[in-house]
Amino acid sequence: MGPGKSGDRERAVAVKKTEAVRRQKRKESDLRNVSDTLQDDAAQKQTLLGADELILNMGPQHPSTHGVLRVKLKLDGERVRGTECVIGYLHRGVEKIAENRTYQQFAPYVDRMDYVAAVSNGLGYCEAVEKLLNVEAPPRAKVIRTIMTELQRIASHLVWLGTHALDIGALTPLFYCMREREEILKIFEKYCGARLTTHAFRIGGLQYEAYDSFEKDVERFCKDFERRIQEYVDLLTGNSIWIGRTRNVGVLSAADCIALGASGPVLRASGVKWDLRKAQPYAAYDQYKFEIPVGTNGDTYDRYMVRMEEMRQSRLICLQAIENIPAGPILGKVGKVLKPPAGEIYHSIEAPKGILGYYIVSDGTTQPYRVRIRPPSFVNLQALDKMARGHLVADVVAIIGTLDIVLGEVDR
Amino acid sequence: MNPTLHPVLAFLQTWWVELVCGVVIIAVVPLVAGYLTLMERKLMADMQARLGPMRVGPHGLLQPIADAVKLLIKEDIIPDNADKMIFWLAPVTSMTAALTAMGGIAFGPSFLVARDINVGLLFVLGVSSMGLLGIMLGGWASNSHYSIMGALRSTAQLVSYETAGGLALISGLLLAGTLKIRAIVDAQSNDGVWFVFLAPVAFFIYLVASIAETNRAPFDLPEAESELVAGYMTEFSGFRWALYFLGEYTNMIVVGAVATTLFLGGWLRPFPNVHWMNWLDAVPALFTAAVGVYCVLRAGKQPVRVQIWFMWGVALTCFAVAVVLGLPLLVAQLKFMMPGLNGAFWFLLKISAYIYLFMWLRFTLPRYRFDQLMHLGWYILIPLAIVNVLAVGVATILELEYGWNRWLALVVTTVFTLAAALFLLRVNDKRAAEASSAAPPEQPSPEDSYAG
Repeated sequence: MGPGKSGDRERAVAVKKTEAVRRQKRKESDLRNVSDTLQDDAAQKQTLLGADELILNMGPQHPSTHGVLRVKLKLDGERVRGTECVIGYLHRGVEKIAENRTYQQFAPYVDRMDYVAAVSNGLGYCEAVEKLLNVEAPPRAKVIRTIMTELQRIASHLVWLGTHALDIGALTPLFYCMREREEILKIFEKYCGARLTTHAFRIGGLQYEAYDSFEKDVERFCKDFERRIQEYVDLLTGNSIWIGRTRNVGVLSAADCIALGASGPVLRASGVKWDLRKAQPYAAYDQYKFEIPVGTNGDTYDRYMVRMEEMRQSRLICLQAIENIPAGPILGKVGKVLKPPAGEIYHSIEAPKGILGYYIVSDGTTQPYRVRIRPPSFVNLQALDKMARGHLVADVVAIIGTLDIVLGEVDR
Repeated sequence: MNPTLHPVLAFLQTWWVELVCGVVIIAVVPLVAGYLTLMERKLMADMQARLGPMRVGPHGLLQPIADAVKLLIKEDIIPDNADKMIFWLAPVTSMTAALTAMGGIAFGPSFLVARDINVGLLFVLGVSSMGLLGIMLGGWASNSHYSIMGALRSTAQLVSYETAGGLALISGLLLAGTLKIRAIVDAQSNDGVWFVFLAPVAFFIYLVASIAETNRAPFDLPEAESELVAGYMTEFSGFRWALYFLGEYTNMIVVGAVATTLFLGGWLRPFPNVHWMNWLDAVPALFTAAVGVYCVLRAGKQPVRVQIWFMWGVALTCFAVAVVLGLPLLVAQLKFMMPGLNGAFWFLLKISAYIYLFMWLRFTLPRYRFDQLMHLGWYILIPLAIVNVLAVGVATILELEYGWNRWLALVVTTVFTLAAALFLLRVNDKRAAEASSAAPPEQPSPEDSYAG
């Protein structure tokens, strides 16, 4: 009993001692913290996790993060001191799925990445596999692919324009944009039966012949579109509020763009004339005349102007292409079972949002060994932090809009 | 007063007009506000190449009722960490302020407010500003970042723009020389001109300020949907949310009524003192009759029988109103009713036009950013309003003391104000250019710019 009691006492004393030590330590660390705060107040303000910052959680459920993007904003009042993107809410393991599907079976999955530009995704994948198989699509297929992809570029930019304007507070352009997009989707529907996730092309060419009034439909759309695009210009381009909200907002210099790997309109708005349609022509782009619009400042307004001009150029490409669609077969010589030789291939195209690359490793079986996709949205999204710092909360929304991200593609 | 009267009866005898007015306001205004939402949705749909609500009732005419019922039976959520008492109080404050302000407004010479108090306009302004308190409290009590940011924005915005709007109203009041609602309109009647023509700059400033005061686009930052989800209303749901909403729309009616009273001639018809324009008195009756005829013509084209009946019902109501409005023109004994009935018609028409302008702007313009909004308020509107008050004051003195022609005096002052405005804008541009060249947007240090 005695020893036990004394043992208890000893233990109690020991506990008290350790508690006292701990308390002392905590006090010291508190003091140190306080003195740190006092001494390094200026430094603290510049660090991301300074004590006087409000952390605002934007998303994944938020009206204008374009899906399930979550941005943790570190705010000083309304001024953004730092951002942190949390992604992965829409991760479906597309690249992993590819390893368990045959080459043809995987084709519909790529439509679900950038779902507002499914045709472009399909084109990139089909061409990549063709490169791997060393076959080429027939000329007719190439031209129809070009027309479809350019229509898809217009449709994708229309979705961007509508939502971007909505983010900045202009309600009406969204509905006009959707009206025009509807015309394009109707052409898609008539062509392959699907509107959004089209799966329009097949490896080696096309599955479907162009329907009878295809050229006529495209031509009518292009004719109307010239007038319609003027409506958006009238609504937005000269509007002083619009200019105030976009000029000098989210400036990204050419060097920054290249360092971050940004591509597409984001890159071109900074003055870098880099468009794979010209630089490494694919499909039938080498046959048509078109301009590559570039900006100068790399701000949100320039990106807006670049995308508007791209829509006009896409329209011109469509008009040139329908004038002369070569006759002939639509599907090249590919077998029912695709067994590409062992090897690897990288093929990239200029999707509406930037460079979309497919890296495929084949081990000689019917299924790819590894597929790696270089999504433009994911890479462009990296620029968000760089662009948003020092701006206001409202600008973050505008910047997310101007990056034109699709979370299906970011997360894959 | 009869001293033997029961106190309750005595109370009623003294205050019955006010009580009736209050009951009418509480009963009618929310309904009107509800229908304003329908009007807004329909107009927006029309401008956006779509139809808008079409399902509930003919052409969606019962949509506000359905919305109200839905909001009433919705689950009432109060966040756990909210300050429950204030959370409960805030939307009520907002709504009460807006409804009380309605009490200060006269819809016609005979459709009087509760009482034509001697500080009528001041009362309306003061009470409607109380709505801000509801917004502040609501944002604070929600205990949410978005709410508090919305409330902060709202507070800053309303304080700035009420200043500008109040100064603009002072310009108008200098011309009227009174705060009494009825006397203000009488002054315009005596002068034979709406004050909007005498003080156009003041009207413009009040227009902009009133859009900002009612949190409407392009100044709808407190509830900017794409930025702050719903701003101060983020945590509110069900009927609490509806109360905020009704408060906002009621406020639109209030600012419309204030602008109409002070600048647009209240219930006076256009050219009130020009005798050969007297045919304009027939316009209210003819207008409602025309609406009725339109309904009759459209009735045959309705696809469903209920809709045909409905259109006929609307048409008959319009004809009935047209008869009521028209009879005083034809029957000499009823002539005394004419100013009241026609006045109410013109007053409502002007408010509707004012609110239509609000809506039109909302569908057309993008939203200002917060710093731009404050810049516009403090650097342009408030200085301009002060200059304008001075200018109108000088013009009034020139007219009263030195016998200048009133129009000449006002033309001179308006030109002076506009020149001041241009000067201000130039100074602003210069300052902005200097600011942007002096301080480029803050960039982080290069080593951490690419940090994950």
